[in-house]
Amino acid sequence: MRLYALAVYLFLYVPIGIIVLFSFNAGKAASQLQGLSVQWYGKALSNTFVVEAFQNSLVVALTSSILATVFGTMAALALQSVKGKSRALFDAMIYIAVMVPGIVIGIATLIAMVTLFDLVNPALKALFAGAANAPQLGLGYGSLIAAHGLFSMSLVIIIVRARISGMDRSLIEASADLGATPWGTFRQVTLPQIAPGILAGFLLAFTFSFDDFIIAFFVAGSNTTLPIYVFSSIRRGVTPEINAIGSMVLAVSLCLLIAAQSILRRKADKS
Amino acid sequence: MLVLPLIVVFVFSFGERGPAGGYAPAFSFDNFLNLGARWAAFKNTMVLAPIGTLACLLIAYPLAYFLAVRASPKWQTMLLILVIVPFWTSILIRSYAWIFLLGGKGLPSLIAAMGLGHIQLINTPFAVLVGIVYGYLPLMVFPIYVSLERLDKRLLEAASDLGAPPMNTFLTVTLPLSMPGVATGCMLVFILLMGEFLIPAMLGGGKVFFVGNALVDLFVQSRNWAFGSAVAVALVLVMLITVTAYMRFTRRWAGGRDDISLM
Repeated sequence: MRLYALAVYLFLYVPIGIIVLFSFNAGKAASQLQGLSVQWYGKALSNTFVVEAFQNSLVVALTSSILATVFGTMAALALQSVKGKSRALFDAMIYIAVMVPGIVIGIATLIAMVTLFDLVNPALKALFAGAANAPQLGLGYGSLIAAHGLFSMSLVIIIVRARISGMDRSLIEASADLGATPWGTFRQVTLPQIAPGILAGFLLAFTFSFDDFIIAFFVAGSNTTLPIYVFSSIRRGVTPEINAIGSMVLAVSLCLLIAAQSILRRKADKS
Repeated sequence: MLVLPLIVVFVFSFGERGPAGGYAPAFSFDNFLNLGARWAAFKNTMVLAPIGTLACLLIAYPLAYFLAVRASPKWQTMLLILVIVPFWTSILIRSYAWIFLLGGKGLPSLIAAMGLGHIQLINTPFAVLVGIVYGYLPLMVFPIYVSLERLDKRLLEAASDLGAPPMNTFLTVTLPLSMPGVATGCMLVFILLMGEFLIPAMLGGGKVFFVGNALVDLFVQSRNWAFGSAVAVALVLVMLITVTAYMRFTRRWAGGRDDISLM
């Protein structure tokens, strides 16, 4: 039994380990280890395409996860007061958003956005009839941030709601009895209690957006994020440079995950 | 917000391809009649998604059992986190690792060096299956673990006190009680597999492709959105039918479903 578990863990981690190991390859051949060096990291970081894609990923992940956290937290708080049938409906819709395959979300968002743009753009054109170049909506940063934000919002809702339901309700009543305003109660009682959930939700939303390929592939337009760059360069063949980029991506998501986990657990232990 | 895009896809599926790609309004069933052109993609998906789900289940169950019943409590949390962590890291990079391992200079060259002959691993259904199991194993382990963890351990003691051999205890007590977890895990993995694009694209090399790959081709490359929408509608319908049938089937002997959470 123990050996079996060990084998499964090896299966899960050896491929990742090999990528990391070969990213330190001193040689040029992708699959022959010829001493260790960090030259491929230097090469990847001086490649302007990689740097640009990385910056895009970072901006999109940061903006979309902040939006998802703010609106997701508000939604989770609002859902508290929704009871009965409509509550079940909301719950089902949130779970559907997490369970529907990314490809369907990607396509549906693409089509919905393009349809929306087709409706709005002529109106914008008419509105700015005099201007030389009327503002036009198109696929790009905005659509990608919106798509990621919408999707990771349901992640944030699920996590924050789990904390709200674990919260001691009598504290809120006590605060109200002692004459605190609703806003004061929220700021001094509710918020500190659900803060770990919010922070963990933010980190997961960030990780999701940073790692996402399939939704970005559909709605990013001509913008490139890091996963899109990696996907298109894998098609041109396996290189140590991709190993280095991959290792860095893994490192970023690992750090964020460990942070999210420890925040959730530390607070869970206390209460 | 969630339902509207799906309605647009449904409307688009009755249209036709615009002159410059994209979509032009029309009303015909031509797109649905043409679905046969993408039959291979549907066939691959309908064959490999269930096999992949089953493979995940067979590998995940013993691990979940070990984690829930046998592992020492001191290590339990740590081991569980180690299973979940890969799920939250980039599936793109993780599939890429298998291109590296199964590609011409990876395992096949090792096997050839051992004198076992040349075999092709990458761009085969086997490679896609390995990628599937690698990608979705955590999603299967977790719900099974949750249902086994909740299982009342006194039932197991009672069974052994009453003289049941371990195998009988497992088959008549543990296995039936963990069925809700198994059902949840299978459904999650199966639904996601039906829409899978990345793993066949990376490890199937154009030879093994899913409906997801056909969709990407239709929307991004050949820009025939109307036909693409018809394929998407067909995919969602097939998914709905299988999942409903599956739920009917499991509810009979599995009772309710467990709530799952991945953090």
